[in-house]
Amino acid sequence: MIVFVSCIILFLIGLYAVVTKRNLIKIAIGFALIEYAINLFFALVGFKRGALAPIITRLDTPHNFVDPIPQALVLTAIVIALGTTALMLTIILRIYSHYKTFDIAEIKKLRG
Amino acid sequence: MSFIPMFFVIPLVSAFLIPILGKIYKPLVWIVSTVASFALFVLALYGITVTQEIPMIVYKMGNWPPPLGIVMAFDSFSALMVLVISIIVFTGSLFSLRYMSRYTGQWKFYTLFMLITAGMMGVSITGDLFNMFVFLEIAAISSYALVAFGVGAEELEASFKYMIMGEIGGLTFLLAIALIYAKTSTLNLADISNSLQVMGHTTFFWMVLGMMLFAFFIKAALVPFHSWLPDAHPAAPAPISSLLSGTFIKVLGIYTTARLVFNIFGLTRANDPLFFNILIGFGLLSISFAGLTALSQKDYKRLLGFSSVSQIGYIMLGFGIGNYEGVAGAIFFILAHALAKGLLFLTSGAVVHAAGTRDLDKLSGLGERMPTTAWSFRFGSLSLIGIPPLVGFFAKFYIILGTIKAGFIWVALIAILLSVLTLGYLLKIENSVFMKKGKTDAKKAPFTMRIAMVFLVVLIVIFGIGFQTIINFVVGPAAHALLRGLEYSHLVFGSFIMNF
Repeated sequence: MIVFVSCIILFLIGLYAVVTKRNLIKIAIGFALIEYAINLFFALVGFKRGALAPIITRLDTPHNFVDPIPQALVLTAIVIALGTTALMLTIILRIYSHYKTFDIAEIKKLRG
Repeated sequence: MSFIPMFFVIPLVSAFLIPILGKIYKPLVWIVSTVASFALFVLALYGITVTQEIPMIVYKMGNWPPPLGIVMAFDSFSALMVLVISIIVFTGSLFSLRYMSRYTGQWKFYTLFMLITAGMMGVSITGDLFNMFVFLEIAAISSYALVAFGVGAEELEASFKYMIMGEIGGLTFLLAIALIYAKTSTLNLADISNSLQVMGHTTFFWMVLGMMLFAFFIKAALVPFHSWLPDAHPAAPAPISSLLSGTFIKVLGIYTTARLVFNIFGLTRANDPLFFNILIGFGLLSISFAGLTALSQKDYKRLLGFSSVSQIGYIMLGFGIGNYEGVAGAIFFILAHALAKGLLFLTSGAVVHAAGTRDLDKLSGLGERMPTTAWSFRFGSLSLIGIPPLVGFFAKFYIILGTIKAGFIWVALIAILLSVLTLGYLLKIENSVFMKKGKTDAKKAPFTMRIAMVFLVVLIVIFGIGFQTIINFVVGPAAHALLRGLEYSHLVFGSFIMNF
């Protein structure tokens, strides 16, 4: 139970960074934290203590198997997160070359 | 060979063909994208005819049976969404030929354009929750890149703001998927629907639904979550604004909400009136707040962006009513608003292309110089306001009819009164851009741009005059598909008609 709660805490730390930080790079780090928290949560959903890897073997007694689907999903989610993070950092760099600052309070051509 | 996967295979294949063909011969990129989108349009029409007889076509990816593998579930509502997307993508692609000529790296534009199409098509036909997330992110990531396509300071800022909001929504959706998987051990939408019914309306049920609606309302830009839209949609190139406002917010926000609420979570007005009243509240808030803000805008495209937020409110109002007329009206309005707003954003592109600015105070005298654009704008606005022979009137009429039948006379009165706001802000553009006399050296819009706009005008008029046919064959079946609620899962599991 404690690992699930710590996932949620990690999620909230990331959300805190996204909402309150003024530095663009720190916002990107906040998103990375949120993604880690969700991926960790997903991987833990499929985990069982003492269970075997989900490969069909010639076992005579019934055994517990780890659920393989969350691992496949996490793999997909990591790839998507990679795409978003790369795009976000690219946009941040382009913003920096226009404004010469990472401070979100000074980037305000759009209002209203 | 089934035709269902073609809806996202065609745009995906062309997305990856475009960079290669662009190296060989530059004009090929436009030809590939236009031909692909026209093929999608034909396929979507075929989809409509097929769903007349078969309520649900299921395609099993890799031939795994439903609860195990990923399935594509294609019913009348999906068919309608696919049709709307393909129309707007086709006109957007036609329009891009001349409009995009001043940008560099055109193959990147068309690649992203096809990717966003593939993402939206996938969301509308998928029958698997995680698959929906993947397609949603494909569409969303391409849209962030397309909003920043001009790489000016404003485009980048708008794209970053959009990305922050959009990703918070997307990641919340992913967390909700994780919670659902932890509880039900399945990702198939039909299977989830069965498990949730066994579980009943627990706290968990409402929490997951709340998280998902939070994510979808951000994507749909309903009022408390709308702040990214008026920046992002004007910043994108005009064909993309037309695609984003015309279909993107509806597929990623409204379609997903409607599908999950009615078919998967199985809520009905009779059992959960409070939930549907909240939807009505969101709808009315969007209509009024965004409509009033639009009145004070000085930027052509930004005004249209606020107008989109306001019109999304009508769609949500229709779904909130929850009876047949309300839902059919909301679905009809998805179609009507896509045509009208797609057209209006294309006219904004033609104006920017000719006059070089979108500031309403600086624009003038374009009505005489650009007659096709001006008349297209007039037809689009009249349809959006709801003037009888055009398609927008019948859509709004059905929503109001549903509201009155459900006994919300006050809501109906407010909705009718607030459509005056639509008239107000569209007249503002009409007055300053097209009616006001002034000197300008603008030329007529190029031929392909005019073709794209006239095509949409013709559709608006035809769909308006033949509204009874549209209701009977397209919108009505789609509304029934939603309102049959939990039968969705029986249809997915019981469908063995695979030879399409």
